[in-house]
Amino acid sequence: MDILVILEDNRGSLHRMSKEAIAGAQKMGGSISALAIGSNADALAEELSGVDLVEVITVSHDLVSSYNADGYSEVVKQVIESESPQTIVIGHSYQTRDFMPRVSAKLDIPFIPDIISMDDGIVKQVLNAKLNASCSTSAEQMILSFQSAAFSDEDMASGSCTSRTFDSNLDSATVRAESEEPFQEAAGDVDLEAAELLVSIGRGIEKEENIQIAFDLAKALGAEVSASRPVVDSGWVEPFRQVGSSGQNVSPKLYFSLGISGAIQHVVGMKGSKNILAINKDPDAPIFEIADYAVVGDVLEIVPKLIEALHN
Amino acid sequence: MKIAVLVKQVPGSETALPILGNHSWIDEQQVSFVMNPPDNFAIEEALLIKERTGDGEVVIVSMGPARAQKVIREGLAKGADRGIHLEEEGQIQTDPLSIAKSFTSILKDENFDLVLTGLQSDDTGMGQTGVLIGEMLGMSTGTLAMETDVQDNTIRVKRELESGWFQWVRLPLPASISIQSGLNTPRYPSLRGIMGAKKKEIKVVSPSDHQTGSISQSIEKVFVPQASKQTEVIEGDADAAVMRIVEILKSDIKVL
Repeated sequence: MDILVILEDNRGSLHRMSKEAIAGAQKMGGSISALAIGSNADALAEELSGVDLVEVITVSHDLVSSYNADGYSEVVKQVIESESPQTIVIGHSYQTRDFMPRVSAKLDIPFIPDIISMDDGIVKQVLNAKLNASCSTSAEQMILSFQSAAFSDEDMASGSCTSRTFDSNLDSATVRAESEEPFQEAAGDVDLEAAELLVSIGRGIEKEENIQIAFDLAKALGAEVSASRPVVDSGWVEPFRQVGSSGQNVSPKLYFSLGISGAIQHVVGMKGSKNILAINKDPDAPIFEIADYAVVGDVLEIVPKLIEALHN
Repeated sequence: MKIAVLVKQVPGSETALPILGNHSWIDEQQVSFVMNPPDNFAIEEALLIKERTGDGEVVIVSMGPARAQKVIREGLAKGADRGIHLEEEGQIQTDPLSIAKSFTSILKDENFDLVLTGLQSDDTGMGQTGVLIGEMLGMSTGTLAMETDVQDNTIRVKRELESGWFQWVRLPLPASISIQSGLNTPRYPSLRGIMGAKKKEIKVVSPSDHQTGSISQSIEKVFVPQASKQTEVIEGDADAAVMRIVEILKSDIKVL
C-alpha cells in the first residue's frame, strides 16, 4: 500500500474534504486504499464503490461508533502498523486537527498539515498565508493533510474497489473522553453547500441596516445569502450563514462577495467556488487575489444600482 | 490546579517579511515580534480557571531565542506565576515532533493538571504541538475549546465543530486543551502587574538540556505565492461597473 486515505463521516455520508483527499492521493499516484471508521463505515465504503481505489478498509467497534479522539487515534495507529502505508492522507478538517497529531506522536511519523499543493513539493502556507513554504521529511512514512479545495472532489477518478473489515483491538480504558451529542446553537434551513449562487456579506456592508441590499441582490439573482465571521459575530445574520473554517465550506457556481476583505479563515471556505466576483473599496484586499472579477468600488453605491439594472 | 500555557513569539501581522537570501526563512533581524495572537486567549483562560478554582499556579512556557522572554514576561505581567524558557539557538525549529519532545522532556517532571495552547501559531501554523505533547505525556486531549468547566478531576470542554456545530466533551485530568480564539476577552497587564512581573522567576533551559537531536521534518524554502488566477479588474464609476457586472453574469458566468 502506497497511500492510505483516512475518511471522515459527515453524519452518514463522506465529508467533502475526504473526496478531495482521495483526488489528491490519486494525483500523487500509486496504490491507494481508504479507511472508514464508525457506525457509518459501510455506508462510506458503499459511497466509494465506483471510485478508483484498491479497497476501503472498514472498522466498526462499539468504542468508535461515533467520533472520539482516543478511539480514532488508536484505530488509525493499528491500521497503519498493520498495512504500512508510505503516506497517510486526510482532509485538514477540525476533526483531523483533533486526533491526527495523536497518531503522529504514537507512531513518531511526521504530520505535515494544511497542504495547499503537491505540484512542486509539499507546499503549505505560513505567516498568515502571506508566504508559502515547501516542506520535506526525512522519515520513511509521513502524514499529510490537505487544505479545503487544494484538490477538487470532481477530479476523483472513477473505477471500482472492494471493501474489507479490519478487526481493531480496543480496550474500554482507551476511550477516556465522555462525548455528548453534537448540537447546533441556531439551526437554519438554508443549505449553503448545495447553493448554486451565493451573495456573501463582509464587514464592508458597514451597518446592520445595509444587510437588506444583499438580500435584495440575492433575490434578484435567485441566490442564497452567506457571510463572513465578523458579520455573524455582530449578530447581523444567523450563524448558519457563515462561510469559512469555522462555518460552511462552499463551492458554488458564483460566489458574489460584498465587502469581504478575504482573511485566510474565510478564504479556505470558499476558494473552491467556480467563479468569484468580489466588490471591495480596498484595491489591495486579499479577496482580489483569488477573485476572477475584482470590482474596486463601494458596495453601498454599486449594489443598489446593480439591483435596479437586474430588474430592468 | 497547576496549569501550563504554551506560548510563542511570532512576527506581528503588520511587519514586513523579507525572505533570507537562501530562502530558508524570513530575515528575523528585520521583523518585529509579538505574542502569537491565539495564545492570548489561552493565557486568559488559564487565569480564569485559576481564579474560578481559587488556587493553583499558571506557568508560561515558551521555546525560542532570547527574544522569546518578552512574551513570557507579558504573561507574567497579566498574572501568571512563573515562566519556563526553552532556549533555542539560530533559526527557529519547524519540526512539530521534535518541538513537542523538547517540551515534553521539561514538562513531564512538573506534573501539570492542564496544558493549554492557542489554536495555532501565526508563523508556521502547524496547529498540533499541544495535542502531540498531550499524547506524549499520556494526557487526554481536546481541541478548539469555546468554553471550559473544571470540576474535580475532570474538565468539560465545549468543542467547536464545523458548520456551526458544537459538542461538549468531558475529559479526565491531566489534559492538554487547545483554545479557540474569541472564547474570552484577554486582559491587559496592569502597571502593578508589569512591575511585579520583573520579580517573577523565569527558568531558562539551555538547548542541550531539552533538544533531542532527531529532526524529521523541515521547511526547505519560503517564497511569495504566485497569483493562480487571471483576475479582471473593474475600476471606475459605479454605472460602468454595473454594466460590466451584468454582462459578466449574463455572458461569462451565464447565471442570468
